[in-house]
Amino acid sequence: MAYSDKVIDHYNNPRNVGTLDKAKNSVGTGLVGAPECGDVMRLQIEVDENQIITDAKFKTFGCGSAIASSSLATEWLKGKSVDEALAIDNMDIVEELALPPVKIHCSVLAEDAIKSAINDYRVKNGLPALEIPKSHH
Amino acid sequence: MLTFPIYLDNNATTPLDPRVLEAMMPYLTGKFGNAASRNHAFGWHAEEAVDYAREQIASLINCSPKEIIFTSGATESDNLAIKGVFEMYASKGNHIITATTEHKAVLDTCKHIEKIGGKVTYLPVNAEGLIDLQQLEEAITDKTILISIMYGNNEVGVIQPIREISAIAKKRGVLFFTDATQAVGKIPVDVEADGIDLMAFSGHKMYGPKGVGALYVRRKNPRVKVTAQMDGGGHERGMRSGTLNVPGIVGLGKACEIAKQDMEKDTARLSAMRDRLEKELLTIEESYVNGSREHRLPHVTNISFKYVEGEGLMMGVKDIAVSSGSACTSASLEPSYVLKALGLSDDLAHSSLRFGLSRFTTEEEIDYAINHTKEAVAKLRGMSPLWEMFKEGIDLNSIEWAEH
Repeated sequence: MAYSDKVIDHYNNPRNVGTLDKAKNSVGTGLVGAPECGDVMRLQIEVDENQIITDAKFKTFGCGSAIASSSLATEWLKGKSVDEALAIDNMDIVEELALPPVKIHCSVLAEDAIKSAINDYRVKNGLPALEIPKSHH
Repeated sequence: MLTFPIYLDNNATTPLDPRVLEAMMPYLTGKFGNAASRNHAFGWHAEEAVDYAREQIASLINCSPKEIIFTSGATESDNLAIKGVFEMYASKGNHIITATTEHKAVLDTCKHIEKIGGKVTYLPVNAEGLIDLQQLEEAITDKTILISIMYGNNEVGVIQPIREISAIAKKRGVLFFTDATQAVGKIPVDVEADGIDLMAFSGHKMYGPKGVGALYVRRKNPRVKVTAQMDGGGHERGMRSGTLNVPGIVGLGKACEIAKQDMEKDTARLSAMRDRLEKELLTIEESYVNGSREHRLPHVTNISFKYVEGEGLMMGVKDIAVSSGSACTSASLEPSYVLKALGLSDDLAHSSLRFGLSRFTTEEEIDYAINHTKEAVAKLRGMSPLWEMFKEGIDLNSIEWAEH
């Protein structure tokens, strides 16, 4: 199976690889997936007082599509409001990266990572966690 | 000079040796006859070529040319051996013993046997990938008709104790079949000394063509018979009907002849290169060889690089054609069942690469593979959250992972 050019580009030049200080209240961390499944994504966002995501970082253990999905997610998150970020759907990632059906789970994982990071941020800042629909699983 | 990509997936298939192609060419062109045509020169030439190939093959594995049944490949040979024995010896019993690390062609055939009323015991293997002989002996019942244990494993290269297995089979009056697809042509295989009753192998794993294989069926001590699985013209002593693939058979014969002649030289060169590759790759922190290193085919190594995922790693070494125990491409997300049978955790199974060398592999290619694998592992660990946690001293087992 051949990868799309966009997946290859994100794999070769991953955007925003790194780590934010998870102790800070302005940072939300999402860690999703499991080593046994061959995919683990850690996605972090830094949110300013206006609820705008000013920075996003990721680290991913997984295949090229998983790495590309999380790299793309961090690219999209920067500059978005938290509400806008919540609206990112995994199918947007599938479309942008031209992921084949067997790789759709990578995009699902990226969406989960975004929502999980936002929830971590919300809980840290005294807001109730949002319910993450498990419909994809 | 290097040509890319570098092929190091020789347990999947090998390139055709030019000497084999040369031997086959006349039978793809002018000498196109049907080996079963008894009444003209075209048929005689074809039959003569097939008979010669039988001798070349018999000479490699030390059997009689009459004991070779040509098939389309090892999968067909596995099916013919297991289903054929099951049918032929139905009055004697219905129990087959095999192992969990067998090739799918054996395992799925055994699953079929279970569906049609047979009983199958799947022996576990230890961390080295070897079966336990005592467990084998204890699994034998008065209904056992066949023991099916592979010679060398396709994923990790582990060689089973064939002579000990056949001795147990003989003592208990059970037939012994071995899928020797990865072993024939690579290491000395002698059906007499090894005590093998039936043996499957194929052309394209030993520098021969695809689409041709053979089943060795013992004719003496004991005389073994299998029920044909295809009806037709009664070729191959009635065990396998179908017009013979003459060019393929000629190729398989030539491949066997070359294997016999070059084996010692090839093995020495290949194992030295494999050992160098392995030694260099094991200098990478948290890397582990899977399976026995002592009882192993000379041209393969299977290594897990912890905290990087195999498919991602293969993408990183895209100039090298290798394979991985990670099954990220399959819908099941299940990693290699062979590595799991060796007791590897799923995450280590996901992190494995298999390197398979061939007689055409060069030292320069190995140098390249070493450097690029090291670079790719370092790059992927740089973006692996698991590697970061490991470096921070976090026990990954203490984390409650969200299964998906």
